[in-house]
Amino acid sequence: MSDPRLPAAYLMPGSSSFSDFLAVQAPDLLPSRRAVPSGNAGDLAPHGTTIVAATFPGGVVMAGDRRATMGNIIAQRDIEKVFPADEYSVVGIAGTAGLAVEMVRLFQTELEHYEKIEGTTLSMDGKANRLAALIRANLGMAMQGLSVVPLFAGYDLNTDQGRIFSYDVTGGRYEETSFHSVGSGSLFARGSLKKVYREDLSAEGCVTAVLQALYDAADDDSATGGPDLTRRIFPVVHVITADGGYRVADAEVADIADRMLAARMQRPDGPAAALI
Amino acid sequence: MSTPFYVSPEQLMKDRADFARKGIARGRSVVAIQYADGILFVSENPSQALHKVSEIYDRIAFAAVGRYNEFENLRIAGVRLADMRGYAYDRRDVTGRGLANAYAQTLGTIFSSGGEKPYEVEIFVAEVGDTPADDQLYRLTYDGQVADEHGFAVMGGAADTVATHLKEHYVEGSTLEDALHVAVAALGHTDAGDRVIPVDDLEVAILDRTRTQPRKFVRLRETRLVEILGDRGPEQPDVPQGDDTAGATPPSAPVTDDPGDPTDQVSGGVPPLENPMSGEPTEHHVPPPTAPPTAPPTAPPTDPPVAPPPAPQPPIPDPSQPPAPGTPPGDPGNPLP
Repeated sequence: MSDPRLPAAYLMPGSSSFSDFLAVQAPDLLPSRRAVPSGNAGDLAPHGTTIVAATFPGGVVMAGDRRATMGNIIAQRDIEKVFPADEYSVVGIAGTAGLAVEMVRLFQTELEHYEKIEGTTLSMDGKANRLAALIRANLGMAMQGLSVVPLFAGYDLNTDQGRIFSYDVTGGRYEETSFHSVGSGSLFARGSLKKVYREDLSAEGCVTAVLQALYDAADDDSATGGPDLTRRIFPVVHVITADGGYRVADAEVADIADRMLAARMQRPDGPAAALI
Repeated sequence: MSTPFYVSPEQLMKDRADFARKGIARGRSVVAIQYADGILFVSENPSQALHKVSEIYDRIAFAAVGRYNEFENLRIAGVRLADMRGYAYDRRDVTGRGLANAYAQTLGTIFSSGGEKPYEVEIFVAEVGDTPADDQLYRLTYDGQVADEHGFAVMGGAADTVATHLKEHYVEGSTLEDALHVAVAALGHTDAGDRVIPVDDLEVAILDRTRTQPRKFVRLRETRLVEILGDRGPEQPDVPQGDDTAGATPPSAPVTDDPGDPTDQVSGGVPPLENPMSGEPTEHHVPPPTAPPTAPPTAPPTDPPVAPPPAPQPPIPDPSQPPAPGTPPGDPGNPLP
């Protein structure tokens, strides 16, 4: 910013994509443009783990545990891995924490930039595709162990329903029905949700279901953190409805988690589903 | 021997300023008012798609009058600058002051460079603070001047008339409802009388510091405006003249024909001296008058027969001689602000 006058490129009509503008003006700021020496760098940085999302009539819920690991070490106990992307969508990230957080910031700016320049928000599919493009650009880093795998959810104002998208490291974008999970504990979380999830859950019921799933993931996966009762650290939960998104207050999450834990005192494996 | 064409730097700048000011005055006004919970922008803008007021960043808004394509360029540049800075540093590091400086430098450089047409725009950059005392409102003119405004500010159209009305009725620290009433009344006020601007012609936006979200910019939609403004009597849309989105209206042409004036747009009974397409003298419509009707009767008959009447030559200022008394070099009706 040494020249006080706005650079000519800023005044040029053109793309309403912030990442495209960044790629031309300041490519060093793009998370995926870094040259990493060959070899596996995956053990150098903390990894975030399990993210769970589920829909309910009138909205969608996403929750993430609070643990980041580096090999066998717990790198952080209260990391946040679920972020609002804009007013009607939320993104949760599993994988290399540093890159993931930067990618979320880029994605948030991307959506806001488009909204301000065009005067209208991107469609739900448009947002999901933009995120896919960012992930795809990161493929080189992913092959060196620095992968980022997001889970994207939001309320689609055109179809009036909550929607969930999952991704792979190559930028593949897959729409999921009802619920999905990513990260190291995702297998257990998904298995748990299969038994607990019902399509007619209320918003609070849906929050309870994803908390149950995160508990089950933490039960069997060492990299997923369970509720930390002594420090009162509970998962980050976001709810999105037609009125927009909000983070569920910590006290509210703590309340649901306490009730869930009280029930697990009687039955450690959680609620039982009917046999048939 | 040809005399080099000389224009004094003062005259050059004045011409450019007059040019920009004329473009700005053609549009309709935009009003910015501070109220208790933030800053309110009101403009009369029949277009629902082309905005005069927009969001730049969390706490920063942009309003402009003048040429749409020019201020739209500046708006997009502002969004890019703010997003770039917010991404590279932090959201709190994007300030209205930095943005106003960048705009001022850009407008100032373009205005004083001889090669570019000056921007026909005037801009507000506003930033809402945590308290009314922290609010900032900058007004930037076409030549890059920055003014720090307090309370209220008006630009574009009949800005003076609107500002006078606002000065009489503005109350510091009023509610949003009161501020909106005052602003809308001021926009509808002219020397000839007051007009009720239709609600769907109003573009209203606020920077609301009480909003819980980080982004404080909100547009007030028609339903909300009707709720606040209530019944104001019969609505009168503005006359279509002076619509800045449709381009400039041609200046009123002189009603009399003067064949000696090349900018004359009335042909009357006198044929044009030359074909406007080919540039060749017209001869087959009417034979060229041997004695043009506007020629002075004292013209000597030995003149070339087809010579057009002598066009009135604008006086070329001679740098070696002081201007004649009684003929100031500039237009005294439009002093620089």
